[in-house]
Amino acid sequence: MPEKLLLDVRHLRTEFTQGKKGSVVAVNDVTFQIEKGEILGLVGESGCGKSVTALSIMSLLKDTPGKITDGEVYLEGNNLLRCSEEEMRKIRGENVSMIFQEAMSSLNPAMRVNAQLVEAILLHTDKTKREAEEHALKMLGQVGIPDPARVGRSYPHQLSGGMSQRVMIAMAMSCDPHLLIADEPTTALDVTIQAQILDLMRKIQREIHTGILLITHDLGVVAEMCSRVIVMYAGRIVEEAPVQHLFYEPMHPYTKGLIASVPKLGSGVTSLPSIPGSVPDLSMMPPGCKFAPRCRYAQDRCREEEPPLVELSGGRKCRCVLVQDKEATVE
Amino acid sequence: MGRYFVKRVLGTIPMMFVVSILIFLFLHMIPGDPARQMAGKEATEQELVQIRQELGLNDPLPNQYINYMDDLFHGDLGTSYKTGLPVSEMLLGRLKPTIQLMFSAMIWSVLLGIAIGVLSAVKRGKVADYVGMFLAISGISIPGFWLGLVLIQIFSVNLGLLPTGGLDSWQSYILPSLTLGCGIMAVLARFSRSSMLETMREDYVRTARAKGQREWLVVLRHAFRNSLVQVVTVAGLQIGGLLAGSVLVETVFSIPGMGRLLVDSIAFRDYKVIQAELLFFSLEYIVINLIVDLLYGVLNPKIRYQ
Repeated sequence: MPEKLLLDVRHLRTEFTQGKKGSVVAVNDVTFQIEKGEILGLVGESGCGKSVTALSIMSLLKDTPGKITDGEVYLEGNNLLRCSEEEMRKIRGENVSMIFQEAMSSLNPAMRVNAQLVEAILLHTDKTKREAEEHALKMLGQVGIPDPARVGRSYPHQLSGGMSQRVMIAMAMSCDPHLLIADEPTTALDVTIQAQILDLMRKIQREIHTGILLITHDLGVVAEMCSRVIVMYAGRIVEEAPVQHLFYEPMHPYTKGLIASVPKLGSGVTSLPSIPGSVPDLSMMPPGCKFAPRCRYAQDRCREEEPPLVELSGGRKCRCVLVQDKEATVE
Repeated sequence: MGRYFVKRVLGTIPMMFVVSILIFLFLHMIPGDPARQMAGKEATEQELVQIRQELGLNDPLPNQYINYMDDLFHGDLGTSYKTGLPVSEMLLGRLKPTIQLMFSAMIWSVLLGIAIGVLSAVKRGKVADYVGMFLAISGISIPGFWLGLVLIQIFSVNLGLLPTGGLDSWQSYILPSLTLGCGIMAVLARFSRSSMLETMREDYVRTARAKGQREWLVVLRHAFRNSLVQVVTVAGLQIGGLLAGSVLVETVFSIPGMGRLLVDSIAFRDYKVIQAELLFFSLEYIVINLIVDLLYGVLNPKIRYQ
């Protein structure tokens, strides 16, 4: 295994039971890697399995009907899915941390901010309570909170959304995790605050060399932050590419549609192109390629058999027979 | 917190006034004549008029109310029509058994109710959940007087373990306290279960797990603590009703408490005693609501800082 490899997810499959009706597959055969200090983007529409992938990596599917039914998740060579609950508990917060979309509701409303940070610090370090409190203040300062002492004494309802997200980041980073999973960290924030939070995450990546899995549906955020991108559709990875290639030369028809639907300033276009139809219901998946019903290039064979995710040249992967055919003729 | 506390406490004063007026008015609207009760069936019209005059019942209602409040502020609750004793003395003698009964019922039922609720929520769909909810539904469905009678039949008559009534020893508190608290335990168990299930789905509970907190601390520190805000509301309403519940339990277990006194006084139209009792019942309700309000402040910083 290469020295630089941080997270290695292989054939991850997560199913959700739906009462007596059986189960639906929310994440299917998801395979990807993150290198140390890399920011990997994970994009897709709502409900495509981005968040479930993240929660599966963290083994945080408790209290949901979800269950990981196949695959392996290696964090620095350690298979997380084989870990006991107690081992996993030690890994969470120390080796891998997570921040969420709704920062304000992700903080305990009945606890002061510093108490919540101290709790995280004491769980994974040998620090005394006082040292932990000092460390908490230092962390709040590091994420750009202007008056750490005052914010530390505050309750979450006294903070703005941007401030709450900074607190969440401070908490997530307080034990120097090697991997940070950020699930739509800026979606609920104003554009200016968004930029600040993204800057902060880039700073963390640069200075502490933390690998980041950045989940978003905002292609602008991806373009700005990530070196590589994974596109998910209906629980599957449909395309993986270095960020530049993905934007300049999207391969999968779904990715093409996604990028085409981003408004471009000064393009003179009055109506935005959109992808017709909607994401298929997880319990009524079409048999072949999951995107075929919405794909304008779809052929009969697309509807019959699901194409595999095939590795192409230039570190790219794509799940589309048409792209694979084209690649084959070029070679 | 200090300001919030003072505001709440001051807010109870006008409430007490309004309640006292309502009690006074309703009581005088009940049909029945205390003079007739005192003098007996054979009394002449002349005697009745004289008794009414002595009791001040001929005065206009506002005057009667003002006199009553005036006496109240001087610590005088009036004299019982029936016994001729000062009402305050009569109440004082009855206060202790009722309060003791109330507290003994309250403590076990609140603690057990919440414990069952939390356990059922955490073990949702498992055996513990079904057992807990079976207890809860039974507790809600069984009427108090019936439970009291059944408990007496089993533990006093058949097994001879506990006394059938009175309040002579600590053992004699067990059955009345069980009877009185059963409903509260059941309601709180159901309510804290649903409240816990709701908070367990909150984002901050997921955050607590994501930082690697131990599961029992996730449950207690993050979920339980926040679920209490809702539980406290229901607990307050239920405990407020305890005094009213004691009327029944004291009758079944022949306990010489305030509940029994109230029943007797209503039968006799003993206005002064009824008034004092109702005032006390309302005061109890108001005090418990005040405690609930203050607990809100403790549990929910958002309320405290408003």
